This record gives sequence, structure tokens and C-alpha cells, in this order.
Amino acid sequence: MCRLSKRAVFLITLLLAATFIIVGCGGGDAVTEHKSEENVKVGFVYIGSPGDAGWTYAHDQGRLYLEANLPYVVTETVENVSDADAEWVLTQLAERGNHVIFATSFGFMDPVINVAEKYPNVIFMHCSGYRTADNATNYFGRIYQPRYLSGIVAGMTTESNLIGYVAAYPIPEVIRGINAFTLGVRSVNPEAKVRVVWTHTWYDPAKEKDAAEALLDAGADVIAQHQDTPGPQQAAQEKGVYSIGYNSDMSTMAPQAVLTSVVWNWGPYYVRTVEAVRNGTWDNAPYWGSMADGIVDLAPFGPMVSDEIKEKVAREKERLLSGEWDVFYGPIYDQNGELKVAEGEALTDAEMLEMSWFVQGVEGTIPN
Amino acid sequence: MSGLRPVAFPWRLERSLVPSPAMSVLVPVCSVVLALLAGAVFLAFTGRDPWFLYGEMFSGVFGTRYGLFETVVKAIPLMIAGLGVGLAFRMRLWNIGGEGQLYMGACAATWVALTFPDQPAWFLLPGMFAAAAVGGGVWGLLPAIPRAYLGVNEIITTLMLNYVAILWVDYLVYGPWRDPAGFNFPLTARFSPEAILPTLGDSRIHAGLLVGLTLALILYVVLYRTRWGYEIRVVGDSPGAARYAGINIGRNILLVMLASGVICGLAGMVEVSGLAHRLQPGFSPGYGYTAIIIAWLARLNPLTVILVAFLFGGLQVGGYIVQTNGVPATMVAMLQGLVLFFVLAGEVLLKYRFRRVRDPRAEVKKRDR
Repeated sequence: MCRLSKRAVFLITLLLAATFIIVGCGGGDAVTEHKSEENVKVGFVYIGSPGDAGWTYAHDQGRLYLEANLPYVVTETVENVSDADAEWVLTQLAERGNHVIFATSFGFMDPVINVAEKYPNVIFMHCSGYRTADNATNYFGRIYQPRYLSGIVAGMTTESNLIGYVAAYPIPEVIRGINAFTLGVRSVNPEAKVRVVWTHTWYDPAKEKDAAEALLDAGADVIAQHQDTPGPQQAAQEKGVYSIGYNSDMSTMAPQAVLTSVVWNWGPYYVRTVEAVRNGTWDNAPYWGSMADGIVDLAPFGPMVSDEIKEKVAREKERLLSGEWDVFYGPIYDQNGELKVAEGEALTDAEMLEMSWFVQGVEGTIPN
Repeated sequence: MSGLRPVAFPWRLERSLVPSPAMSVLVPVCSVVLALLAGAVFLAFTGRDPWFLYGEMFSGVFGTRYGLFETVVKAIPLMIAGLGVGLAFRMRLWNIGGEGQLYMGACAATWVALTFPDQPAWFLLPGMFAAAAVGGGVWGLLPAIPRAYLGVNEIITTLMLNYVAILWVDYLVYGPWRDPAGFNFPLTARFSPEAILPTLGDSRIHAGLLVGLTLALILYVVLYRTRWGYEIRVVGDSPGAARYAGINIGRNILLVMLASGVICGLAGMVEVSGLAHRLQPGFSPGYGYTAIIIAWLARLNPLTVILVAFLFGGLQVGGYIVQTNGVPATMVAMLQGLVLFFVLAGEVLLKYRFRRVRDPRAEVKKRDR
């Protein structure tokens, strides 16, 4: 005979009771979605959460735009996905019958290529990387263009001539942004300096805020940033100075501090991509969209921005949109005063994509 | 005690010495069920159908080939690192540095893979294992030396060394080890195919699984069948008795922390060689920390660690499945937290028992005397 202690009997009873409760409560109307054959299922893999008010929020706005504009699209999202989990999450989305999958973090690059190999009928879109496959490509935008314009705003606003820049990681994307911003600042204010602090994090609101505070203590009166959250904006607002937002219009987070924001506008591109997949016109050419395409832009100005600044930015924006000029046209000097891009020359896309040096006017170092 | 008047409560909570085998199985099972019930109430309040979601979760984890396989994949680093830190815990050495040892192991293995890209697998794989053992072992030994000779608290030193290891890997991938063909992104070059652990068919399950299972067996035998294992357990249970029995505690601190670091280092090696195929920041989302919970839930028994690691793998995989059904990640994390909370609470209950007392006042008087 099996001997059980009184407590064991009690627990077994509890377990049985729990089972009955489960069975009793079960049988509710299960949400089985019936999707017609004509639907296009689109999956999104996010590194953060749409509530970050930054990077993932901007992508999620793009997803909502996609759903709103293409009635045949059904979307699924998985958020807070670490690089280590990406391969499995992508596999799962492919197994669940998604036709197009957008993976919106650099660290998902290898997993995208690996999974693309196993699911040749699914189209994989990787944001911010560089690898491609027959059914996978990468996409990004020339965010450096609006960053240049935001630099003009910061350069004309600063009084201390010290501008702080809270930056995530010393990767080419971030370095390019700092350089474009600084070129914008110095185009209107050659005396101003841009001081860079690396946080080594994308998503850590407290740390990013701390970094901004350190820059403010050092005398900066405008804070720009390359992070996934509005932490630096909040620091600027508390100190009563100004900031430039990133990813989405951050004026709601810090209305008195945000001069303008450098924003992503993924929606129209997501619509074009899914339409191309549906029409069979999709190809795996990488996409690096410009301001003229509308994938990147400058958010509306805050009330404190003067008409003089607005006019100056409008003129420069016109020049960028016309396509006859771009940010990294010479002459450009590096931090040591050496000529990197001569007058009449310009950086190629490849040179911009692997940029690992700072322009003149940046105070900070790139670890190497 | 004089001023306080004891409340007349007819139940006493007291330590139970040896929980019955039936209870040690029943309590965790009940805990998981209760956690799911609590989660169901929570999900129902947010207007979702908990039974449908749980159904999706279970069929996703256990009912699909890729779900089941992924559970195994997730379990591998957790298992190995859990064995590593668990060994130290057995001797009451609080090795919180599993994450750093894992990073150093991965780092050393990567060095071998990048330095000898043209060597055959019979040289590379054993070489990478050996390097990972050295890397992790050194990282385990570093805090052990001040602990053994000066009594420096190893909780602080092992924890701090995690940051050093993670930043060291950052330095390497942003600097000297950056892939020249990688557009200056923080990644090393991809390993040659010869430096990659074999996988089971076309799945992602790699030979790291065998490493984990073998290590569990070895550790079990060492702990329960050898003199050294006996020493470790005695030091863990009663350092005073161990000293009295002439066990060299200092030497054991060094040896156990070394072994613990070596094992965690191997977890890092199988992760980069079996899965990531290159070193990049964030390749471990805190496996070394999760391993701490796993070791304790397994009651520091190496064989149970295997089981608990699979459960954790399933919990993570299930979490993503629930997410694709429209549950936000934060809510998934809360559900996972509930399961942990209930299981840990169950573990505490297992160590105590409620005993009914007939006359509470008399009982208190007796105790006060």
C-alpha cells in the first residue's frame, strides 16, 4: 500500500480541486481567428516594447499604419526579444504562417539569415543590418539628414556653446548621427562643441537620464540623443533647458524642453513592402531611404523655436530634398583638423555605413 | 518576551527535518498549478481567455517539433551554468559570478576560433573547450583566492567580476576583434564551420546538450560517491564540523570555485560555438543569473538541475508563444514571475510544517521557559 502523509493527501486534494476548477471554468469561447486565404500575415519582432516611446514605438506606429492602410493585412508582434531568442521567435512566426516578417533590431541579423534559409517562401526584412539572402534583405533610413537639420536648431539655440549628446553604442549608425548633427550645429555656429557620452545601452531610461544630467552639469544647454527612450528629454526639462528628441515626436514627454525631434516614419515603407510582396514585385535589394522618401523627418517645432531658425531649417531641408546636396559633402575635417572629405567630394554610402571617426567639433572618443 | 502577549493561534509553524519524497514532488507540481490558476484569474480580468492561451502555450511548447526543440536549446546554457553555480552553492560559496565566468569562457573559446581559423575540428573544438575551461576557471578562481585567505565576501567580488567580464567582451568586439568585413559593427567574424559544434539534424539542438548531461552525471557521482564530494557537502552543511574533522577548507574553496568557473565557462563556449557562431555583445541574456534560481529550485542536485533547466526553457518558449497570441511581453513576464514566486514559496513551505496545538497558551509558556 502506498503510504502518504496527511499533507500529501491534502495537496492531492487541492490539486484535484484545482483541476475541477480548470475544467469547470474552461470551455469559454476560444478566440480562434479564421483568416481568409487572401490575408497577408505580417509578423514584427521587437527588441523593446511599444511603450518605450522611442524606437519600438516608432516601428509599432508603422505596423498600425500598415494595418490601417491595407485591409487584407493581419499582424502579429513579439516584443522584448533578446538577440539570443531571436532565432526561435522568427522560426515561430514563420511556422505560424506569416508571409512577411520585419525584424527591427541590429542584433537579429544572423538569426534572420539563418531562419530565411529554412523558410524560403517567407520574406524577411531586417532593419539596420547588412546581410541579405534570396528571401531576406535589410532596410534603414538616412536619419542623418534630419539629424543635420536638428543640429541647425541646436546650434542656433545654444548660448553656452556646449551641446550634450547622449549616445548608445559606438557603432557606425550612431557615429554617423553624431557627425551629421555636429555638422549641422557648426554650419550655423562654428564656436559650438558637441560633447558625447556613451551609455552602452539602448534601453535604460534611468542611465540615459543620468548621462544627460552629467552633460547638463558640465554646462550643456541643449541635449541631443541616440537612445530608445525619452530619458534625456526629461533630464533637460527638469533642468529648464532644451533638447532634441529622437525616434518619435517627444514633445509630449517634455513639452517645455523639446525643440524638435528626429523621427522615423516606417508606415509608408511597410505598406510599400507588403504590397510589393503581394504583387510579386519584391526583390532583395537593400533599402536606405532618404528624407525625400519620407521615411525620416523632423517633427513639428516646439513653441520656443524662433521663426529665424524655422526659416533656416526650411531652406536647408529644401536643399536636402532636392537631392543636389547631402550632409557628408566636403569639405569635412575630422577631430584632429585633418581634411577627410575634400571640397567637391562626398562620402559614398559604403563609407558612411562604416563610419568610425568623428568630425571637427565633437568632444569625445570612439573606443577601438 | 514578557511585555508581549502571545496571540492564541492554534497552529504552529515549525521546521520539518526531512520532507517525504511524495511531498518533494507534490509541492512543486501544486505550486505550478496554483501559479497558473492565479495567472488565469489575472488574464481573465484583462479580458483574455486563459484556457485558450494555456492550451496554445502547452501545444506550442510540447506539441510542435520546433517548440520542443527550442525548449531543449534554451535549456542547454541554463543547465550547464546551473550545474556550475550549484556546485559552489553546495559548499555555501555564493558564486553569483556565473554570468561573468560564462562570458570569459565564451571569450577564450572565441580567441581559439579566431586565432586558428584554418585548423580542423578535431583540433579546434577540444581547443575551444580547453580555453573556455581556463577562461571560466580563472574567473572563478580570482574571487576564491581572497575568499580563502582573507575571508573577502565572494558575493560582492563574483558579482563585480561579471561587469568586468561583460565590459571586457565589449572592448574586444568593439575593438581588436571586430569583424573587418562587418561595417564596423560590434561583432567578431563568423567562426569557421570547423569551430561549430555539430547539431542534431537540421535542428538547433547542438552537442552542448551532451556536455550538459555528461557534466550532470559526473557531478552527481563526484558529490555523492567520492571523498571530495563528501568533503564539499560537509563543509556546506557545517563548516565547524568540517574544520574539526580536519578538512582543508581553504583548499576546497579554491578547488570548488575553480570547478564552478570551469563549468560556467563551458556554458559560454557551447553558446557561441553551438548557437551564435560568433561573439557579440548580449549573446547571453543573463543565463548566469537564471542559473542561480535553477540551482536552488533543483535543491542543488545535479540530476534535478537537468529537469529544472528544461522547465525554464519551456517557460521561456511558452512566454513567446503566449505573446504571439496578443498578450504583451510585460504580462508574460508577470506570468513567469508568478510561476517562480509560487514554486519558491512552495519550497519554503516544504521546509516547514504547520502543527496544530491544542492549547496555544500552554505551548507558548512551554517555549518561553
